[in-house]
Amino acid sequence: MTTQLDAAPEGLDSTGSRGTRVLGVLAIVGLAALALFGLVLSPPDASQGEVVRILYVHVPSATFAYIGCFLTTIGSAMFLWRRSAWWELVAYASAEIATVFTAIVLVTGMIWGRPTWGVFWVWDARLTSTAMLLLLLLGYLAVRRLPADHDVRTKRSAIIGLLLVPNVIIVRQSVQWWRTLHQKPTLLANGVGAKIEGLMLFSLFIGFIAIGLVFAWLLIHRFRLAWLEDQLDDAGLDAAIAERRSEGEPS
Amino acid sequence: MIRDALLIAGKDLRLELRSRVALNQVLPFALLVLVLFAFALDPDKSVLTQATPGLYWIAVLFSALLALQRSFAIEATDGNRDALRLSGLDPAGIFLGKVMAVSAQLLVLEALLGVGVAVLYTSRIEGWILLAVTSVVATASIAAAGTLYGVLAAGLRVRETLLPLLLLPVLAPVLIGSTRAFEAALNGSPSEGWPWVGLMSIFASLYVVAGIFGFGPLLEES
Repeated sequence: MTTQLDAAPEGLDSTGSRGTRVLGVLAIVGLAALALFGLVLSPPDASQGEVVRILYVHVPSATFAYIGCFLTTIGSAMFLWRRSAWWELVAYASAEIATVFTAIVLVTGMIWGRPTWGVFWVWDARLTSTAMLLLLLLGYLAVRRLPADHDVRTKRSAIIGLLLVPNVIIVRQSVQWWRTLHQKPTLLANGVGAKIEGLMLFSLFIGFIAIGLVFAWLLIHRFRLAWLEDQLDDAGLDAAIAERRSEGEPS
Repeated sequence: MIRDALLIAGKDLRLELRSRVALNQVLPFALLVLVLFAFALDPDKSVLTQATPGLYWIAVLFSALLALQRSFAIEATDGNRDALRLSGLDPAGIFLGKVMAVSAQLLVLEALLGVGVAVLYTSRIEGWILLAVTSVVATASIAAAGTLYGVLAAGLRVRETLLPLLLLPVLAPVLIGSTRAFEAALNGSPSEGWPWVGLMSIFASLYVVAGIFGFGPLLEES
């Protein structure tokens, strides 16, 4: 089926365009700036020491993971409401990127937690609900990637996507309640919530910009790739139908 | 809608009465899980008694997965799904009927499982009202969410493996809530349990509403 790919019109051989190339360069510059400010220029934290530097990646990643989830739910709602394939692809692309970012959040959080708390994992409300979020996203992706009819996949995953944010809210609420009934979430009190200022605040700011650029860049490329995948599916089907038809014709 | 729901619930329960799959397979499975927990956690160390609420609800959740699979398996053969679609019954009614039938089966299972827990784990049963209300609300939550996600997975080749992945994270709040409410009841402090019942009521209502609106389109294309 390589001929299908070769036959793609000019300009469709890559998902890049001038806009995304500029965005990509900006993202690289942002990441370099983040590395410079996060690792070199910003001072170590008074109580957490050098470990605090992980948070310049951790906190922005968490924010954009949440943004990705909201995009998935909005996209799914728009798809179910307006039958818009564009929004469906936005939902799919952002769910996939949100999954990656959630995984980054969990991993960086654990790396941060080990020296700070002495353990990789505590059954804190935030940690537990983030882990559940990852599982919910994996469920969405599992349905979206089913080996089934395109319509079946998109419609079913859209219903799951629509319920994603409500589910996350309920899970979060219940987990928070569950933990606070037993113990106060004191662990994070001297973490993210603590006062940050000066160069550290600026580094975090850079982190938000750099991670945001990476998020946008990934989202656009993933969207285009998903769109091309759909085209290829359709083209493959059309070709197969045409082939079967021509078989029947007397030659 | 209510009439259709009762029709569907009656049909599913009649099927169950005649085939006795839940009685002969799901219930023994639930009891088996209770025994396996005893193997895993040394029964002499009173861990079992302490962890009774959690173990009980885990057993219920696993059994519920089987009951839900069964609820959609009976529609899978002989083009029953097409028959359902052609029957002219309100999809919302079909959804509610399925929820009612699964709930009824689960409530019977929970009652028997409760006896099993009391006998096998020598747990003392107290706070009857809270226990009963928790069971009803949690069962409605499990059945409503389970039926919605069940139809999502129905008709796919991977449905057996997909349903647990989709459903169990969603049901996490129900597991937390029902376990805490049972703990509160068994510890003799029911006032701590009622907020959880409230949370599960919201959960159940959300999924009943989502199912009423979402079931039709999902049944259409599957």
